[in-house]
Amino acid sequence: MSYVELKDIRVSYDNKTDILKDLNLSIEKGELVSLLGPSGCGKTTTLRVIAGLIQPNDGEFLVDRHNLTKVPVHKREFGMVFQSYALFPHLTIKENVAFGLKLRKEKKSVIDQKVKDILAITGLEELGDRYPKQLSGGQRQRVALARALVIEPKLLLLDEPLSNLDAKLRIAMRIEIKRIQSQLGITSVFVTHDQEECFSISDKVAVMNKGVIEQFDTPEEIYKNPKTEFVARFIGFENFFDLTLIEKGKYKAVDGTIFLSTRQWEEEKKTGTIRPDDIEIVSEAGDANTVSGTIKVRTFLGKSYQYEVETSIGTLLVNEVDDVIYQVGDTITLSIPSHKLIIV
Amino acid sequence: MRKNIGLKSFAWLVFAFLLIPLLIIVITSFGTNSTIQFPIKGFTFNWYGKVFQNESFMDSFVLSLEVAFIGTLAALIIGVPAAYSLARHKVFGRNWIKSFFLSPTIVPGLVVGYAVYQFVVIQFQFPILQGLMLGHFLICLPYVIRVVGSTIEQLDFSIEEVSWTLGCTKLQTFFKIVIPNITSGIFASFMLAFINSFNNIPVSQFLSGPGVTMLPTSLMNYIEYNYDPSVSALSVVLMLGTIVLMFIIEKTLGLASIS
Repeated sequence: MSYVELKDIRVSYDNKTDILKDLNLSIEKGELVSLLGPSGCGKTTTLRVIAGLIQPNDGEFLVDRHNLTKVPVHKREFGMVFQSYALFPHLTIKENVAFGLKLRKEKKSVIDQKVKDILAITGLEELGDRYPKQLSGGQRQRVALARALVIEPKLLLLDEPLSNLDAKLRIAMRIEIKRIQSQLGITSVFVTHDQEECFSISDKVAVMNKGVIEQFDTPEEIYKNPKTEFVARFIGFENFFDLTLIEKGKYKAVDGTIFLSTRQWEEEKKTGTIRPDDIEIVSEAGDANTVSGTIKVRTFLGKSYQYEVETSIGTLLVNEVDDVIYQVGDTITLSIPSHKLIIV
Repeated sequence: MRKNIGLKSFAWLVFAFLLIPLLIIVITSFGTNSTIQFPIKGFTFNWYGKVFQNESFMDSFVLSLEVAFIGTLAALIIGVPAAYSLARHKVFGRNWIKSFFLSPTIVPGLVVGYAVYQFVVIQFQFPILQGLMLGHFLICLPYVIRVVGSTIEQLDFSIEEVSWTLGCTKLQTFFKIVIPNITSGIFASFMLAFINSFNNIPVSQFLSGPGVTMLPTSLMNYIEYNYDPSVSALSVVLMLGTIVLMFIIEKTLGLASIS
């Protein structure tokens, strides 16, 4: 049994439409798990169910074998970091951080020491006596993190904590969060809609869509082997075309072209997909996995050109770094390597 | 901005129209005439001395302060939690309740005064003083609910949620997190309600009895038989009091935050 278990969690506000549909999720101790998905997919709802801010209609939530489904939020001992940071405006940084400890009626000397330690870990030693409005966004974020961590929570919950920061700071902060999280070995759940952010920070990722976890895997596995079309689209696969199964690993496209795929396959899945980066432009057509088409649009992306090619199996996007620059209207042959063709 | 002379002079006219009567009152309060007359003949502070020596003025002034203070305090005690609940919870018929609580600002004070008099004092034999306080509580409550409510709505709800996750119960959070962050709204609504209660005539008029006379009522009674400038002097004192309160509100919060 895992450290954290969500079992058949169902959330519905009106009992007609489900926000979460029989959601199951297991998190091991010390792991950082991300919930990734577009807005409205239920990732924040899942986090709020874990936090105790939303009571699920059905299902169970367990931490360390204890059933916490009915335990109110203030007794759960989880640290939570909000998108808006949610610092207490009327308290100094030190008082903000000490807030949770004071409620636990710890000795003043113990509180002072713990606050000092966590401010050192989060790089805030100098700012203890300031008020939240005197800090920058990145600093407020650290305070919110420090305040959640100082109570030594059983779980750390992060609700899009980086989305209010500018791009540069966001990268610095996510490295920081990962460092602190692994230093303290604290089990964490991180909600985000940014796949790069999520891949760089997570031990495991749950890709969510419409209240369901579509895939729960390591970032590498999700990046390389998306299991569903939704996951594939979400992480940057842009070419999708229908296939019919001939035999294991061998498919036929609508125009009769044979496609081979050496990737994992399941009988009921019959949509081929490949990233624009993985399609190659070749000089001549082969027996299988090649298709010809006319360039309709050419876009300069910086490191490469993107061609929108109309082929007999549908429109394909191709990113090509090659020195040869093709013109709109040119006919080119595309190769879809069998080890890159994924069936979803 | 383009200058529009016509509009500008119209604005000044309106301003003058509102202000000149007040100015005249101020001037007459310093007059040596035995009745309120304008222009004044000589200059004196005597009428101010007379105001502070007049026992019925002083008694009713103290009573007015007491009633305004108690009415406003009661309105805060009831109104702040009510405003919180209206702002935060999905109360059934929330908008309806909101408009209901604001109704005393729309319903004339005369109606409130009459209703309390007719149904609380006469029907239930409520003592007149307590009836008076109830009436003033009623006219103060809408200010509290409206001003405090808008302050709470501007407060980030997640700071309350964070407080819960840190181990605070909802009640503790209300006192430790919500209240300290809405003090400006509480203070502003206190001032507004207090001024309104203190200056209120209709409610006080209905709910006066032997020994229970509010300052505006006592002032009106006085005018019926006397017409000396001590009335002007008292009005000036009241104006000054209101100006000082408004000044404090403006300096601490800014009047814009209240409306």
